[in-house]
Amino acid sequence: MFEYAVGSALSIASILLVVIVIAAMLIWVERRLLGFWQERLGPNRLGWFGILQVVADMIKIFTKEDWVPPFADRLSFVIAPAIIMVVVLMSFAVIPFAPNIGVIDSNIGVLFVLAMASLGAYSVMLGGLSSNNKYALLGSLRAAAQMVSYEVFMGISLLGVVVLAGSFNLREIVESQADGWYIVPQCVGFLIFLIAGVAESHRLPFDIPEAEQEICAGYHTEYSGMKFGMFFVGEYLGLVLISSLITVLFFGGWLGPALLPPIVWFALKAGFFIAFFILMRAALPRPRYDQLMSYGWLFLLPLSLVNLLATGAVVLAAQ
Amino acid sequence: MTLLFYLAGAVAVIATIGVILQTNIVHALLYLILSLLAVAVIFYTLGAPLAAMLEAIVYAGAIMVLFLFVIMMLNLGQNTREQERDWLRAGGWLPPAFLAGVLLAQLLLVMSGVEGMSAAEQVGVMAVGTRLFGPYVLAVELASILLLAGLVSAYHLARQIRAEDE
Repeated sequence: MFEYAVGSALSIASILLVVIVIAAMLIWVERRLLGFWQERLGPNRLGWFGILQVVADMIKIFTKEDWVPPFADRLSFVIAPAIIMVVVLMSFAVIPFAPNIGVIDSNIGVLFVLAMASLGAYSVMLGGLSSNNKYALLGSLRAAAQMVSYEVFMGISLLGVVVLAGSFNLREIVESQADGWYIVPQCVGFLIFLIAGVAESHRLPFDIPEAEQEICAGYHTEYSGMKFGMFFVGEYLGLVLISSLITVLFFGGWLGPALLPPIVWFALKAGFFIAFFILMRAALPRPRYDQLMSYGWLFLLPLSLVNLLATGAVVLAAQ
Repeated sequence: MTLLFYLAGAVAVIATIGVILQTNIVHALLYLILSLLAVAVIFYTLGAPLAAMLEAIVYAGAIMVLFLFVIMMLNLGQNTREQERDWLRAGGWLPPAFLAGVLLAQLLLVMSGVEGMSAAEQVGVMAVGTRLFGPYVLAVELASILLLAGLVSAYHLARQIRAEDE
């Protein structure tokens, strides 16, 4: 009936739908898992294990008053939350979920993801700047410095994989891992990418731009209703994106023993990393802002450069 | 592809006019980002995907973020908007408009002589890389030394002077 292949309309629509639904479900998943790790229950009243809590949250967030402060810069205030949603959803376009599921096969897939990640910084910066609020401005200053810095290490840590695969195409990167995942030769790159990924999606423990104990809620202090909801869901979308990227780049994407279909392998691996990110939130305290910056520039940058140099040398020697 | 090229070109031109005419500096910056992204699309349609992505990552994604960062720190308010309005009202835009008109005339002349503006071939990542580290390696190294000098001097200017050092 419908042709289900890479780039077909059905494929694009279902990927978009599934990704957004998963991001919304993560609101509940995160609260339940945090409850589990912190020895409490979490939301468990509505529906099966409280799963309808997501619906309740959505109804609440859609019906709340959507208020634009009179002192805010209206244009930037309104487009800021949309930017994060758009750029993260655009990044999913180049992710190969399974042999026949994906939006495009781009020869510049890795670069496209990096470009979208760097544009994502505008969302938090404009949100904080346009709010005309001291806490929001502090939050977005932190966000700008953090995201611009960690983008650098994120990009360099990816290059080891690109050198090994010989391609910027994410699908080819997955296919080249048929005889061994890149986590083994690129374990250093993986760790750097993991840390940079948390910093890019500004999740705890690196949620310094919105650290509520210090600066209220940071860049989204003035936001309410669905505009806040877009920042919120955008953060979960970022979490899904980083987990998918780790799966594709270092853990062989959809590859796995034939007893399960490829997309299930992909979902299992990505789901594992999503749960891992939530565990990190439950387990680790937040560093200070200057600690985060000096850790990045003085430790991660040299380490990622050495990793790239070593990978390049090994590949050259093997040729 | 041709339609995409002209569409992106139109967006770039209109956005650039927006940069000049906006009095709110943040809005002007947003137009500039839009213009750079349109240029990235133009690069892509001309068969240079790597240049397109670098335009998006480096210009739209990094340099413009730093511009916005500086604007955040400066906290420019109503005064600058009024100043901008004064400048736009005065005849100060005439000389640059004349110079831009000359450039436009040159561009039209060149374009009328050349046939087929669409992409001849795709210049891939590999091709750019081998050129950069092959025939142009000296230029790349010189540029990196220049950047290193800039980095070191920025570090020198911004370092904190401790009390005991003085």
